[in-house]
Amino acid sequence: MYVAVKGGERAIEASHRLLEAERRGDPAVPELSTRQVSEQLPRAVDRVMAEGSLYDRELAALAIRQAAGDLVEAIFLLRAYRTTLPRLGNSEPVDTARMLVRRRISATFKDVPGGQILGPTPDYTHRLLDFRLADVSATDPAQRDDTVQRDRLPPREEPMPRVMDLLGREGLVEEETTAADEGQPPADITREPLRFPAGRDARLQVLARGDEGFLLALGYASQRGFSNTHPFAGEIRYGVVAVSIVPEELGFAIDIGEIELTEVQMVNQFAGSDTAPPQFTRGYGLVFGHQERKAMSMALVDRSLRGRELGEAADSPTEDEEFVLYHSDNVEASGFVQHLKLPHYVDFQSELELLRRLRSEFDPPSAQAAE
Amino acid sequence: MTRVSTAARDGGYTFAYLDEQTKRMVRRAILKAVAIPGYQVPFASREMPLPFGWGTGGIQVTASIIGRDDTLKVIDQGADDTVNAVSIRAFFARTAGVPTTTRTQDATIIQTRHRIPETPLRAGQILVYQVPIPEPLRWLEPREAETRRMHALQEYGVMHVRLYEDIARYGHIATSYDYPVRVNGRYLMRPSPIPKFDNPKMDRSPALQLFGAGREKRIYAVPPHTGVRSLDFDDHPFEVQKWDQACALCGSTASFLDEIVTDNQGGRMFVCSDTDHCETRVRAGHVESAAGGRDPGGP
Amino acid sequence: MACDDRPLLSARGLTRYYGRILGCRDVNFDIWPGEVLGIVGESGSGKTTVLKCISARLEPSAGTVTYDTRTEGPVDIHRISEPARRLLMRTDWGFVHQDPRDGLRMAVSAGANIGERLMAVGARHYGQIRETATNWLGKVEMDTGRMDDLPCTFSGGMQQRLQIARNLVTAPRIVFMDEPTGGLDVSVQARLLDLLRGLVSDLGLAAVVVTHDLAVTRLLSHRLLVMRHGTVVETGLTDQVLDDPQHPYTQLLVSSVLHP
Repeated sequence: MYVAVKGGERAIEASHRLLEAERRGDPAVPELSTRQVSEQLPRAVDRVMAEGSLYDRELAALAIRQAAGDLVEAIFLLRAYRTTLPRLGNSEPVDTARMLVRRRISATFKDVPGGQILGPTPDYTHRLLDFRLADVSATDPAQRDDTVQRDRLPPREEPMPRVMDLLGREGLVEEETTAADEGQPPADITREPLRFPAGRDARLQVLARGDEGFLLALGYASQRGFSNTHPFAGEIRYGVVAVSIVPEELGFAIDIGEIELTEVQMVNQFAGSDTAPPQFTRGYGLVFGHQERKAMSMALVDRSLRGRELGEAADSPTEDEEFVLYHSDNVEASGFVQHLKLPHYVDFQSELELLRRLRSEFDPPSAQAAE
Repeated sequence: MTRVSTAARDGGYTFAYLDEQTKRMVRRAILKAVAIPGYQVPFASREMPLPFGWGTGGIQVTASIIGRDDTLKVIDQGADDTVNAVSIRAFFARTAGVPTTTRTQDATIIQTRHRIPETPLRAGQILVYQVPIPEPLRWLEPREAETRRMHALQEYGVMHVRLYEDIARYGHIATSYDYPVRVNGRYLMRPSPIPKFDNPKMDRSPALQLFGAGREKRIYAVPPHTGVRSLDFDDHPFEVQKWDQACALCGSTASFLDEIVTDNQGGRMFVCSDTDHCETRVRAGHVESAAGGRDPGGP
Repeated sequence: MACDDRPLLSARGLTRYYGRILGCRDVNFDIWPGEVLGIVGESGSGKTTVLKCISARLEPSAGTVTYDTRTEGPVDIHRISEPARRLLMRTDWGFVHQDPRDGLRMAVSAGANIGERLMAVGARHYGQIRETATNWLGKVEMDTGRMDDLPCTFSGGMQQRLQIARNLVTAPRIVFMDEPTGGLDVSVQARLLDLLRGLVSDLGLAAVVVTHDLAVTRLLSHRLLVMRHGTVVETGLTDQVLDDPQHPYTQLLVSSVLHP
């Protein structure tokens, strides 16, 4: 007699054992430590923290190890963990004008107050594989001079004014208004479902934790004519900002730590309307860690999404709020794409039954003619 | 097969994983959904430790309503032992420590993907559906802002246009699962991808039916004894699938049958998709169908 | 209640600005049951703005549009609830776009296009919907055998006929038309105009026809509104305005077009 497939439970357990073996690889090779990952794969950690929307280098590194280097899977692990964390309070807004800057450049002015600071960037490396890295002992600081250590300078201590604020003084760039200016608490996409039309606060939150690859592609598309925003990189800065909270019992702000951020302000043309003279507009990007590609993409997409508000044609996918915001979250996207692996016996059976019926009812015209 | 089994709860998590604030938020959405049958209530869906699209909406609903006295059954495609059903059942056994069962009649909460059990549900039971796409108008209108307006104004003519096209092209309505329904004469609703075979079971069911869409962040409900009408035309009434065969294991002629390919020559047999229903019948002495259900030629 | 001794639709002080740009200003007119009103003018004269405002597709900056409904009598169409307005739009009114693709569902068959408004107001009998759709295909002089074909397989003139049938199926009392024969070649235009003239008089329809083509209004409309720079410069019976234009702009328009 036929017996339907059973034993899902045992199969799952066995699968988990195989997965663990795959993750660990050859046991003869020493295992990576979480600290090694957080210290030596900082860009991977940055991405997982940003898209996992949880700032914790050690947890992100752990997630990367557990996911065997699959960053989207690591992001998912961090998000699921984030769900279980209680919300103890809200921080004050961070002030990026008081950022301790490690890198800061502007593509719009040759020199700016505070100067152009190249900082750490792969931009001007020749992308040649460095075979010295293949030999671990050669890059071990103990075996080398102390340049590597010495070059990890602490960030500059003096705060640096934002380039956009300089333009703002002349009235050449639009005023930035926030939900707080209008007496509204900012949206919180982790506590309220997204509604359309979404405010810019909600949009920026979605973009900040949106998939880097998706935003990169959209930002790129906006440069190629699927949008019309004429961007300039007004300023890109990366560094450390203090996070502070105001405990109720104290009534004043105290610093509780610091985080690394990358901030991008794009300057875009705007033709003006019947109520506003021509002026520059802004696209904004802000991401955990050092992630310029993501922050720039975010700023491009942010500006594209403002098309309707600014009375532009806004008919490209990059300017379509529902299209962009509903599809930028890789935890949602990855889950739904991969749910196709789940059994669909019943729906498929229904389709099969229907298809057989349709085929049995089908009269090809030629067969009719032959009769 | 097991009756009720109890697992030890993992004390590292809140009861049923979600913190109490989140559960309150979900419960408020459920209450609103029950008050407005068929209306999709937006809720702040959380990331769960299962991927979106794998039942996170159903899991959040179950986690928010489950209590220590509940007995949980989880099915996927009608079966208790498909991998995702096993995985979700294990999740609740671990985080809530409640008894689980495969017996429809013993369960107080049944979480399901793509089926309604064959055993009629009774008052007091809650059926929790996992929903991939909650919006019935989505393939006709991709924009949420517009579909919400269409619901508000009951502009549902376009859905009938789709059914009209089916009849014009095929001679009958060619939608076989996720078949649209009108709830309580008001809201157009997507019943999740259950086969249309199951649609009549939703109508005036004594059980509470809750629908959770995690990725799309919507909850909706059909309260007990609420009318659920499958859309149709007066001269092309709604009808459900029928099989020429009986179940090869229990001989049932009234249940939804899965087709099993048995060999490389295309031999196939049909068995109940609802494993509990099938086993209960076999235990009660029903025998496999005379032909053994084997049908090498197919229909 | 609606009745025949008062206007079906009245515009009073109708004004619309797009930011600082004038769309139309202080436009006043009445349309009586069964009457066809032409609105002519060059592009940018404000005629399409007026059409959108009186058909509830665009909210005016000032002024009112009153419509004499079958059940409630005269209402301000920009003040009533959205459900009530949408119901008017899909039952009592029709709107014929210049480009039939804007008015048709291109992905469903001709029959479904005609049947949609019926289904939207509750028709649930497939056979009857189909029969009505067949009748309408006949009335707009289309081959009823093409009932199940998609609009994209039709010529431009046929698509326009289909759009007209789709609008008339719920027996509207007024139809708004925006350059209904624009984009069609001359012989197709002539036959379509013939058809429209026949339908309008057979059904006792009121209509507002916006066009830059004086030949179209000469054939279709009873009365004429001549617009320029957002305002109405002349109004009167069609023949009177075209044969004896008073305003210099109308004179220019007539002399430039109507030479035989």
